[in-house]
Amino acid sequence: MPHIDRRELAAIAVGGAVGAVARVWIALHLTSPDDSWPWGIFIVNISGSFALAYFATRLQERLPQSTYRRPLLGTGFCGAYTTFSTMQVEILKIAQAQRYALAIGYALVSIAAGMTVVWLATTAVRRTRVMV
Amino acid sequence: MSDWVWFAVAGAGAVGAIGRFLLDSVIAEHAGRDFPYGTFTINITGALILGILTGSALEGTLLLIMGTALIGSYTTFSTWMLESHRLAEDKDYLRSLLNLGMSLLAGFAAALVGHTIGAHT
Repeated sequence: MPHIDRRELAAIAVGGAVGAVARVWIALHLTSPDDSWPWGIFIVNISGSFALAYFATRLQERLPQSTYRRPLLGTGFCGAYTTFSTMQVEILKIAQAQRYALAIGYALVSIAAGMTVVWLATTAVRRTRVMV
Repeated sequence: MSDWVWFAVAGAGAVGAIGRFLLDSVIAEHAGRDFPYGTFTINITGALILGILTGSALEGTLLLIMGTALIGSYTTFSTWMLESHRLAEDKDYLRSLLNLGMSLLAGFAAALVGHTIGAHT
């Protein structure tokens, strides 16, 4: 086992708790039928990817080193807010409804949009002058 | 939704995130950081477990807490995207595409297998 820092774990727990509550809240308010485009998780995953790229780039390349911001905001919040498993189960449900084009489209658009917002956030942080 | 359910969602989110962090650290220590083996393993096992949970009779509040909150927080989409982007940025296009394609296909297969297991138990 790697060395365990209890305060780092506490930061991840707090971020993870808030991230899960935020995702569940959005998913309960943006519901869609099993065989249609899953807007709730799509919006969560893309906004969370933008936020993670923003935090990761800013904390790593722009701000002085901090021990607990990355675990709180990155590993904890963004990691728990976004989800891979629910997306895969949604793709499966859409495929089981025999809407194969929609299933493939949802998978590929999620990846394309996710990669695009990570690139956008990374580029935006690097272009901005340091303001602590 | 009652207050205790929100507390359970928060608790499950904390446990899922810590589990992801610990497993990722252990895997990275053994397998190295050339490829995001940790996130890959986490996402595929999570898709399998959520497939089992949704395939079984589990529903309502219990599915929300164990599935959406716990497994949903254990797996992550944003880290998958960030790690794929950083590989491409380092001009390691092959590993970037492998990470995207293999996670998508293996994740779907895991959810399908899990769903089938869940439906038969």
